[in-house]
This record gives sequence, C-alpha cells and structure tokens, in this order.
Amino acid sequence: MLRKRPLAGSTTVAVTLSLLLVVFTVITFWLFWTRRWWFPESITAIGREIDAQFMRTLIITGIVFVASQLALAWVVFRYRDQGQRASNSHGNNTMEVLWTAATAILFVGLGVYAQRSWAEVHFRGAKPDAVQIEAQGQQFKWYFRYPGPDGKFGRTGTKFVDDSSGNFFGVDSDDPDGKDDLTTPIIAVPVNREVQLTLRSKDVIHSFTVRELRVKQDAVPGMRIPIHFTAEKSGRYEVACVELCGMNHHQMRSFLLVFDDVGYQNWLREQAAFSAQ
Amino acid sequence: MVTHEEGGAHAHHPPTGFIRKYIFSVDHKVIGIQYFLLALFSVFVGMALSLFMRIHLAWPDANVPFFKDGIITPEQYLALMTMHGTIMVFMVLTTAPQSGFGNYFLPIQIGAADMAFPVLNMLSFWVTFVSLVVMLAAFSVTAGAPISGWTAYAPLSALGEIAGPGQGTGQTLWVIGLAIFCLAALLSALNFITTTIDLRARGLSLLRMPLTCWTWFVTAILSLLAFGVLLAAGILLLLDRVAGTSFFIPGGLILSDKAVNHAGGSPLLWQHLFWFFGHPEVYIAILPGMGVASHLLSTFARKPVFGYRAMVYAVCAIGFLGFMVWGHHMFMSGMSPYSALAFSMLTMSIGVPSAIKTFNWLGTLWGGKIQFRSPMLFALGFVSLFVTGGVTGLFLAQPAVDIALHDTPFVVAHFHIIMGVAAIFGIFAGTYFWFPKMFGRMMSEPLGKIHFWFTFIGVYLIFMPMHFQGLVGQPRRISDFTNYDFLAPLMPMQKFVSIAAIATIAVQLLFLINFLYSLKWGKKAEMNPWRATTLEWTVPSPPPHDNFGGHVPVVYRGPYEFSVPGMTEDYLPQHLAPEKMAKS
Amino acid sequence: MPTAVIGNIEIKQGGRDGWPPPPPDGGDDGSRGPGGDAATVSRRAYFTGLTLALGGILMFFMALTSAYIVRKGLGENWQAIALPRLLWLNTAVLLASSATIEIARRKLARAATGAFHTWWWVTTTLGVAFLVGQVVAWREMVDRGIYLAGSPASSFFYVLTASHGLHLLGGIVFLFYVAFRAWSRSSISQGTAAELAAVYWHFMDGLWVFLLLLVSLGQ
Repeated sequence: MLRKRPLAGSTTVAVTLSLLLVVFTVITFWLFWTRRWWFPESITAIGREIDAQFMRTLIITGIVFVASQLALAWVVFRYRDQGQRASNSHGNNTMEVLWTAATAILFVGLGVYAQRSWAEVHFRGAKPDAVQIEAQGQQFKWYFRYPGPDGKFGRTGTKFVDDSSGNFFGVDSDDPDGKDDLTTPIIAVPVNREVQLTLRSKDVIHSFTVRELRVKQDAVPGMRIPIHFTAEKSGRYEVACVELCGMNHHQMRSFLLVFDDVGYQNWLREQAAFSAQ
Repeated sequence: MVTHEEGGAHAHHPPTGFIRKYIFSVDHKVIGIQYFLLALFSVFVGMALSLFMRIHLAWPDANVPFFKDGIITPEQYLALMTMHGTIMVFMVLTTAPQSGFGNYFLPIQIGAADMAFPVLNMLSFWVTFVSLVVMLAAFSVTAGAPISGWTAYAPLSALGEIAGPGQGTGQTLWVIGLAIFCLAALLSALNFITTTIDLRARGLSLLRMPLTCWTWFVTAILSLLAFGVLLAAGILLLLDRVAGTSFFIPGGLILSDKAVNHAGGSPLLWQHLFWFFGHPEVYIAILPGMGVASHLLSTFARKPVFGYRAMVYAVCAIGFLGFMVWGHHMFMSGMSPYSALAFSMLTMSIGVPSAIKTFNWLGTLWGGKIQFRSPMLFALGFVSLFVTGGVTGLFLAQPAVDIALHDTPFVVAHFHIIMGVAAIFGIFAGTYFWFPKMFGRMMSEPLGKIHFWFTFIGVYLIFMPMHFQGLVGQPRRISDFTNYDFLAPLMPMQKFVSIAAIATIAVQLLFLINFLYSLKWGKKAEMNPWRATTLEWTVPSPPPHDNFGGHVPVVYRGPYEFSVPGMTEDYLPQHLAPEKMAKS
Repeated sequence: MPTAVIGNIEIKQGGRDGWPPPPPDGGDDGSRGPGGDAATVSRRAYFTGLTLALGGILMFFMALTSAYIVRKGLGENWQAIALPRLLWLNTAVLLASSATIEIARRKLARAATGAFHTWWWVTTTLGVAFLVGQVVAWREMVDRGIYLAGSPASSFFYVLTASHGLHLLGGIVFLFYVAFRAWSRSSISQGTAAELAAVYWHFMDGLWVFLLLLVSLGQ
C-alpha cells in the first residue's frame, strides 16, 4: 500500500543533511574568501596572469559549487517525504539543452581563455639575450651551471661526471668553452632580466619549481627542456623538487636568489672564486 | 519450462559440495560476493596503509607499532604510499563497484540466469585473487615494497635496485601482479559486454535497462580497451627491469656515481602508455557509482530518473571522451605544449556530461518524495562529493593553472574526493541497498545512519584542507615537511587532517560490524523491501541458483516508473504485465 | 496460501513470498533475449565474446605498435635491424594455414568429418611449423648478434614477435580443443567452435602480416 505517513524522524534527517550541506558550503566559501592559506605573492608577470586565470576559474567553479550544494540542500529539505505524492516527470528536454549549452560555453570558454597564459609560457622561446643557466636534478640535489664570462657552455658527457670533484654536469675538461663554467648548488638570477633555464636530469625524473615565479617543469633524463622567466622582485626563494624521484625526494631543496645587476655580478664572482679554491 | 544454460555443460541443477558452491563456483552471485569480499579485505589494508602515512606526517617522531624501532623511514613511507594507491585503485575501486555488484546484479537486472561465460567469470576472480597475493608479496621481500607510486614513472621504476630501496624485487612483483590483474580485468570485461548485448530478457531493450546496467556496460568497454594497453606497458617495463631492454630508459644515466648500462629509451613513453590506460581507469572507478546514485536517487525519491536518455548519452560521452584526455596528467612532463592544449580543451569538455548528470540528479530529487534510508543518504552524499571533486578538475585541466597546482595536494584532494570518497560512497550505497537481496537480511538502519553522518563529515574534514596545502605549494609524495621553510605554517593543518583521518577510519569499523552482524542476525528481509522496480526485486533473497527459478522474465516498461498517475502503488515494477497493474 | 495484494486485485502467488511465480499465462513463449532460442543466443554470445576478445588483444598490440612508431620517430640512434628471410617463409606457412582452416571448417559444415579432421590436422601442423620457424628465425638473429636488449629496434622486434607467437600458441591450443572436446554436451556445436577458431586464426594471420610490414617497411 502507498505509505501515507512518512518514516518517523525523516524531517530530522532532512533538516540535518540540509544544514550540513549549507554549513559545509559556507565554511568552504569563507576559507577561499579569506585566503588564509594561499599562493605566495607572484614575482613574475606570467605569475600574475596565471593568478588571474586561477581567480576566474575560482569564481566560476565557486558559483557552480555553491549553487549545486545549496540546490541539493534545498531539494533534500523541500521534497522530504511528508506524505505527498511525487511527480512522475521524466525530465525536461528544454532544460537539458539549456544547461548543456550553458555548461559547454562556460567550461570550453574558460579553457580557451586559459590558453593565452600557456602560450606565453611555452609557445614562445626565450629572448635571444636571455641569461642562460642550466639546472640539473639528480638523486637528491639540484645543481646549476653558468656558462661564465665567455657566455658558452662547455661540452658535457657522462664519462666526465665526477661528483666527488664537483663535476656534477660532466663538463669535458678538454673543451675551452667549459673552462669558465660555474657549477653551484643554488641558483641566482638578475632581477628584471629574462632567464632561460634549461632543465636536465642525471638519473630519474625530477621537477623544478619555484612557487613565487609560478614556474614548474619536469627535468627528464635524456631530454633538455628550456623554460624562461623574468623575476621582478629581489629576494631569496625556495626551490623544490616536485616529481617523486626516490627515497630522499623530500630533501631536494635549493634556493633561488634574485639580485640587482650589481649584486648578481658580485655573486657570480664570489662563486667563481669559491670554486677555484 | 526449463531453459538450457548458456556457456558450456552447465547443469540445470545447482552445484553441490562446499568447493563447487563457495570456492570454485561459476555462479555469478557467488563470484560477485567473492569480489566484494576481496575488495572489503583490500580496503581495510589500504586504509591501514594510509593511517600509517598520516600518523607519520603529523607526528614524525612518534613511536609507531609494527615498524622497526618504531620509526617509519622515508622509503617505508613511500612504499606505504605506493601500495596504498595501487591496492585502493585496483583491488577496491576496480573490483567492488564493477566485478562485485556488477557481477551479482547485471544478469538479474537484465533477466538472465547467469553471465554469458560463467567459467570465464570464475577464472577472472581467481586470477584477480592471485594478482592480489603477488602484489602483497612485495611487502614481504627484504628490501620492501616499491617506492615509485602507483604511477611507477620510469626510469625510477625501470632501473632496479640502484634507483632506491624497494625498487628491486618489490617493484618486479608489483609489475607482475599488475600484469596478472590486467588479464583478469580483460576476461571480466568481455563477459560483462557479451552478457549485456546478448542475454537481455524479452522486452528489455537497451533503453529500458537500469542505469546501473548502463554504467556496468560502458565501464566494461573502457576496461576492455584500456587494460590491454596497461598490460603492454607492464611487459615493456618488466623487460627493462629484468632483460636489459631500454624501452623507457635513456642513455647517459648515472646513479650513485655509477653509469647505467641502458640507452635509447623514452621516459615519456611510459607516461603516455600508463595514462592512456590510467585516465579511462578513473572513469572505470566512478561510472558504476554514478549508476548506483542514479538508481537510488530515483528509487528513494519515488520519481523517475530526470532525463534518462540524457543520462545514457552522458555516460557514453564520458566513456568516449575519457580516452582522449590522458595528456592532462602530463602537462609538466616535457610533452609538446601544443598537445597539452588539445588535451586541455578535451578535458574541459568532459566536464559537460558530468555536469549534465549532476543537474539530472538534482532534477530527479526535485518534486520527489525523499525517503532517507541509509542507501539514499550515501547516494545523496555521492552527489555532493561528486560536485566538490569535479569542480577542482576544472582548475587542473588548464595547463597554465596546473603550473601552480601540479604535484601538490590540490591534486590529491581532487582525486580522493572523486575516487576515494564519491566512488566509495557508491559502494556503500550499493551495499546497504543490495544487502537484503544478497543475504536475505536488512543491515541495521541506525548503524547505517551513524556511519553516514560521521563518514560524510569526516571525509570533508580530511580532504578540504588539502586544497589549501596545494595553494600554498606543498609538494606531493614527501615523507617529511621539515626541509622546506614554507611548509612550517602548515603543521597544525597536517595534524588536523591526520586526526580527522584516524577518526573517519575508525568509524568504518561500524560499517564492518554492521555488515558482519547483519549477515547472521539482521532483520529478515522481504522480497522487495525498498519497493523498487527492477528485476532483482522480483526474486527471493537470496535468489536461487538460476535467478528466476526456471521462469523467464518479460519486461514491459522502463526501470524507473515511480508515482505513475492513476496507479494505486507508487511504483510499477518492470516485469508487471499491463493487465495486472492495479489502477486506483 | 500467501497472496500478494496489488491495489484491489489479489493474485494468488503460491509458495513463500509469492515464490515460485506462477507459470506465465499467454503472451510469453518462453524465448529469451532479443530473439531466438537458447542455443541461438549461446552461439551469438560466443561470437560476441570472441569479437570483444579480439578487440582487447588488438588494443594490446596497438599499444606496442604506437610505442614502436613513437620510438622510431624519435630519430636518435634508431638502427634498423636486418630481418631474416625465413620470416617471409613463415608468413607463407601461416597464410597457407588460414586457407586450410577455411577448407576444414567448410568440410565440417558439410558434415564431412573425416575430411574435416584431416584438414584440421594440416592447419595445426602448419601453425606449429610457423612457431618453430619463428624460433629458428630468432636463433638466426642471435647468431648474428641481434639480441633482445641490443637496440630499441631489436627489442621491439622480439617483443612483437613473441607476443604474436604466444597468442598463436593459444590459437593452437584452441585447435586441439575443437578437435578433442565432446561437443555433444555443449550448448554450441563443433561447427560453431570451428568457426570461432577460424575467426581467431585469421585474425592472428592478419595481425602477423601487419606486424611484419610494420617492422620491415622503411628499412
């Protein structure tokens, strides 16, 4: 027989679930609103573009999220069993078409818009006068190589690698270009100048990232992958490895130092002098 | 009228003897329960592994039982993480929703006496069982289980012991276990598809199938096409490891100051092959849960599914598009940025059918008469979780935004909320719903409700903070937070998450207790306690060996005819002939 | 006797909980599925199953194929290997076995069981001969210093041919099964089984030709 009286306690359950969903939505909204735990401030122009695209996405998904959770809370409460008869509706084709079109335009539109930032990061190479630096990941440290005053990197080869003498990159000692190459455990760059950083790996896949730059790229063995960035604010920033590379993956921290031109030149000289010892 | 059983010399009478009845049974119902129990065992193993992980992350100096000197070393942490992911994805999310419930209920819901190939079905289960044993054996070798994650990126996974602890025999066992699993999955998939195409009862056209059957069907197609690729990838990886080939290992590598004798391989090739499988795999994990959600929302709101046909198209679209988006796991990999663009657009598109399903779930509830039993609560929870987990996918699908979020807990939150929670809610919903039919008894409703409330709140407490850890920039897969200054402010949050995890895992014991207790002492169930419309509710609980007692069902209408005007009852079973319908 | 009450109509259902249900009264000719009796459905199900199995197998080989093409396209140090001429002879043997399996199948369809068994044995022998030929070809390559781990090209060659060989071995086992199993106690006939085996066999044949062309073109 059609049950006329609803189950005992169903209003309690309905109200509780609705309230739970509302509370959850409000808390989530509030946490994103206050930005208590958030990206660090971006120090590159591309970083600001990425942040802007993140915000656009956050607003759109936020609206979808809030609307959906509140709609669920509403129907759960409004249509709880109170002895009513349910509708026999099988759907509404107009609604289907409308919300499919709306979603498609919104999502695909968001995706199309996002390509601009991506193009800036990867479709254009670095400017010809960019500062050239190489980064190499290995288990479990980052090393960086500068071409030195001659502006040219020396030839490298696996057979020349000798960690114990600091030849992490395997620079061929017979190559004159490599004589002034500088290898350091941290990376320094001049402020407001474009840098081309070429990523390498000696063993497994690592990934180079500096949060404030909004830069991230896997370092793949067997590949040389160039990325470019222009840091706009001096300071010291942490470098992390973000691709699981073995048991001490968590220890692969390094630093990015951003100097003004004078400071940068001083640093290079100091590092060169240090390694000459 | 006695029907001839398909699939070989299948006796008309049920098997006798303990072994033929419960161990090497060819009855899809027994096999479904076997898969379910395998998944139940595996989920508790997987949860234990994550429990240790969370304890280690929040309290690195704590004395942990079962570990040597009470310490979890970095490589042990990574082994826990690797096996947690592997066991959960394969042994829980790929088994229970599909091979568990699907095996049990697909044949009955379509009016068949068994699967198309019952012997193959039995083989599928036992091969899966063997794969689990081989996988778990990785824990017992001296150097331990692998540390390369469930994704096993090469060259880390291909180089052998020199790449790290657990990367020797442990990783080899992992690969072999996985390859065996692939074979089982392929056999099972072809059984599901054949059954759905060829064994439907009279009157049960494809568009009269319950949405559960549709999702099992599409999921099986995904499995059939994807697991062959993983098998190929696994074989190549195995050869790199043991036969000196270099499919994935480039030349010029140096590990621990020693040159590696490999050359000519591509690490990216592994990623392409793995994710070509890996992306359909996550849809394999979620689609059956979507089917259960649709089915339950309709049943417990006493309303037809809103837009049944649109739901079918959406499931097919998700399945189809699911094969074209794998590159979104590889935006940072060094892959061509132009490919990344294409993958991004396709990934954004796959949000559309998912959104349609969400709107239709809400539409199903609108104007309904919602009855809040445990199965329904988990189905409602599924909708909330699917929305939450789904929207974060939109961030990750944009490569530029992914620069900030890749390899952070933002990704971990995304896939856990969808797979590790929503899909699990689908399994819970299915369990509470179908338990009466499988075992003839009801599960405890009060315990079910407590399980729901605490789990629903608990999982949000665990995984919502992870989004913010991602925004801050925390890397994934690190066994300790003390090496990065920027992670120090997050320590209270780490503890919060771990406490929530401990509590939520503890609550799952309630489910286990409810399940086991109800098997023996649950209230006896009537044939159709939920007053549902599909064919499984027309047979006894549990059903006889050939499901329909020799009688061949005929279907007269679609699966969700609830609250039809002019009828006395608020549900119209599929099998009820028109002349037998009572009108008021 | 328990009854079910649906609306105002009492239906005597018999047994406990209305089970077992009464025999269907009119309108139900007992046929199952989208048309056909149990035996027809069974036959169709086997062909569906086989098609699906071939789909899964195809995906496996497509994965290897695409890996091969990608690797080859990478350019760097791709050294094509010289393929033994024997492979072409093996191909001819396999093609011949496709012809003979067709002959055997048709003999069986015309109930010429003696001829069927003869041609079935010829097919099996040719299949075994193919596999033996493959192993001989491998030995020849090893003698020339082309090993599994030698180069990407040789690695792919061995993996592709070994995978194909294993699947063909499965086909040979299938041939034995068709010849020796007691088909009277099955839901499908030996003729159907032979048809299924033939489809699988032709697929393996075609796959082999494809793989051989893949590794030999562009040398």
